[in-house]
Amino acid sequence: MSSHSTALEPGAAPGRGSNGRAADALAAKQPDPPRDSTRTQRFQDALFHQVTRFFAFSVLAILAAIIASLLYGAWPALHEFGAGFPFSAEWNPVTDKFGGLISVYGTLSTSLIALIVAVPVSFGIAIFLTELCPPALRAPLGIAVELLAAVPSIIYGMWGLFVFAPLFADYVQPALSVTLGKLPIIGALFQGPENGIGILSAGLILSVMVVPFIASVTRDVFEVVPGILKESAYGLGATTWEVVWNVVLPYTRVGVIGGVMLGLGRALGETMAVTFVIGNAHRISPSLYEAGNSIASTLANEFAEAASDLHVSSLIALGLILFFVTFVVLALSKILLMRLGRSEGEKT
Amino acid sequence: MQGFIRTCSLVVALSGAAVAHAADITGAGATFPYPIYSKWAEVYKAKTGVGLNYQSIGSGGGIKQIKAKTVDFGASDMPLKAEDLEKDGLVQFPAVIGGVVPVVNLEGVAPGQMKLTGGVLADIYMGKIKKWNDPAIVALNTSVKLPDENITVVRRADGSGTTFLFTNYLSKVSVEWKDKVGAGTAVQWPEGVGGKGNEGVASYVQRIKGGIGYVEYAYAKKNKMIHLALKNKAGEYVQPDDVTFQAAAAYAEWNKVPGFGEILTDQPGKTSWPITGASFVLMHKVQHDAAKGADVLKFFDWAFKNGQKIAEDLDYVALPPALVKQIDAAWRTSLKDASGQPVLK
Repeated sequence: MSSHSTALEPGAAPGRGSNGRAADALAAKQPDPPRDSTRTQRFQDALFHQVTRFFAFSVLAILAAIIASLLYGAWPALHEFGAGFPFSAEWNPVTDKFGGLISVYGTLSTSLIALIVAVPVSFGIAIFLTELCPPALRAPLGIAVELLAAVPSIIYGMWGLFVFAPLFADYVQPALSVTLGKLPIIGALFQGPENGIGILSAGLILSVMVVPFIASVTRDVFEVVPGILKESAYGLGATTWEVVWNVVLPYTRVGVIGGVMLGLGRALGETMAVTFVIGNAHRISPSLYEAGNSIASTLANEFAEAASDLHVSSLIALGLILFFVTFVVLALSKILLMRLGRSEGEKT
Repeated sequence: MQGFIRTCSLVVALSGAAVAHAADITGAGATFPYPIYSKWAEVYKAKTGVGLNYQSIGSGGGIKQIKAKTVDFGASDMPLKAEDLEKDGLVQFPAVIGGVVPVVNLEGVAPGQMKLTGGVLADIYMGKIKKWNDPAIVALNTSVKLPDENITVVRRADGSGTTFLFTNYLSKVSVEWKDKVGAGTAVQWPEGVGGKGNEGVASYVQRIKGGIGYVEYAYAKKNKMIHLALKNKAGEYVQPDDVTFQAAAAYAEWNKVPGFGEILTDQPGKTSWPITGASFVLMHKVQHDAAKGADVLKFFDWAFKNGQKIAEDLDYVALPPALVKQIDAAWRTSLKDASGQPVLK
C-alpha cells in the first residue's frame, strides 16, 4: 500500500519518510484512494503544463517587448535620417547628424578577425584534447579552457590595454608592417599608426575571449563521435589528420557550426573589452591599425552623456541594428544547419 | 531565539537607517565634482546629521533627473543656456572650479617644461600638425629637444564636460576649429583615439609614446603626468594650478550671463589659466518642499564658506568670496516656495 501511494505521487516522494505512516493511516480510511490521487495528479499535470508554457511564452513576450521598445526609441532617428541610417558614415553630435556605418563596420570587422583567429585555434584545442592528449592531462587542460570563459570581460579589456597593447605596438605591429604590410592588396590593412590600439587589437582580444566558447563546444561534440567509427578508420590505416578531417568533422558538423555561432554571438555583442582597445574613433579607415568603433562600444561610451534626443535615438537605432545583425547571423546558421541536415539525409 | 533577536535588531537598524535617509538631500549629475561633493557631505553630515546622496551619473543624466524632479539638485559641468533655464524653471549656480590640462607622453620632457599656444593645440587636434618636431612646435620650445615622433591625439570617447571646456577653448582660439568641429560635450573629432573617462584618456596617453591628451587637473596631478604650459589671452605662458584657475574665475564677469552661465575658458588676466571651468548646480525655482530646498542651500553655503581646505586637498578650487556673495544674493531672490516666499530666510 505504502509503495503504491508513493509510486503514484513521484513528485512528493522525497521528504515523505517521516510522516509516511500517518499518510498510510489516512489512506487506509479512504475507500477509494486511487481515483482521488489520479485527480490530484491530473491537476498537477495541468498546472505543470501551464507553468512551463508560461515560462516559455514569457521569452517570446520579452523578445517582442525588446523589439517594440527598440523600434519606439529608434523611431525619431530612423524618421530623421531615413533608410540610409545604417549606411551613413556621419556621426556628429554638434550638428546632430548621425549614421550607423562606422559602428556596423567596426562590429563586423572585429568579429570577423576574432573568428579568423579563434576558429583554427579552438579546433586545435578540441582535437588535441579529444584525440591526442594523454588522459592525465585531459581534465586539467579542459577545465583551464572552461575557466577562460568565466573571466569577466572587463578583465580582458584591462589586460588588453595595459599588457597586450604596449607589447603589440612594440613588437607585433612593426613586424606585421614589414611582412604582411608589403603584400599587394591586403598590405594597406597592416599599415598605420603603431600604437597597439585599433580594430586589429580589438579583434585579437575578442578572439581570446571566444576561443573558450568554441573550443569547449567543439570538444564536447568531438567526444560523442562513436569510438567504433574512429577505430575503423585507424584500422584502415588512416592518420590522425585523416580521421579528424574525414570522420570526426563530418560527423560533428552541426555541433561545430553551433559552437562557432555561439562564439560569433559573443564577439558581436562584446562591449567592455572592445571599448578598452578599439580606440573609440568615429572613422572608417582602410588600415586595421587605425582606431574605430563598434556598436557596443559606441553605446557604452555615449549613452550616459548623450545630450540631444536625436543622439539618444540614434544610439537606440544602433542597438536595433545590432539586434538585427545578431538575428540574421542566428537565422543564417539555422538555415545552414537545415541544408546540411537535408543533404546528409539524401546521401544515406 | 538568538536568530529572532538578531532579526529584530536588524529590522530596527534598517528602519533607523530609513528615517535617517529621509532627511538626506539627493543630487545627481556630473562625475567631475563627485569626489569633492562626497567629501564635503561626509564632513557636513558629521556636523549637522544631514547627509547627501549624490549619484555621479554624468552631466546629461543630472539635467534629465532634475527636470524630472527625482532629485533635489542636479549637477552639470556645462552651464545651461538662459532660455533653457527659463523654460524648465531652473536656477543655476557654480559650486566648484577646476581646470583642464593638456598632457603628453614625451621622453626627456619635464612637467610644465613644454609650451604651446591655443592655435598650435588646435592644429594638433585638427591633424594638421603630425610630428613633435614640427617647426610650429619647435619655435615655441627652443630649449626642449623634441623627438622626430608621430603625435597621437587622445580625447574623450564619451560625452563630457571636460570635452566641452576643451573644445570651447579651441573654438575661441581657432576659427578653423570653430567652423569645422565646434564645441560640445561630444564632437566629431577629426583625429585621434578616444578613451572613456578621464582615467581612460590618462591611461592612453601614458601608454602611447608621442601621445597628447587633455584631462582634469586632479587626474594629471594624481598620475604625475607631463602637463604643458599654455599661452593665455594676455599673451603670458601659465602653468596649471589652483592660483591660475582662481585667477580665471576672478576675472570672469559672472553677472553678465544669467544663471552664472559664464564659461571660464580664455579669460583675460595675466595669470589666468585658459581652460578653466566651473561645475554647476541646478535647482527648481519653485521649491514645493521648502525645508528640503533650504537644506540643499545650507549645505552649499556651508561648503562655500568652510570647504575650501577640503577642496584644496582634492585639487579643486573653491569659489572666490566675491562670487559666493553673488550666489547668496541670487538664492535669496530666485528660490521661492509654493506660496512665493523665499526659501532662504
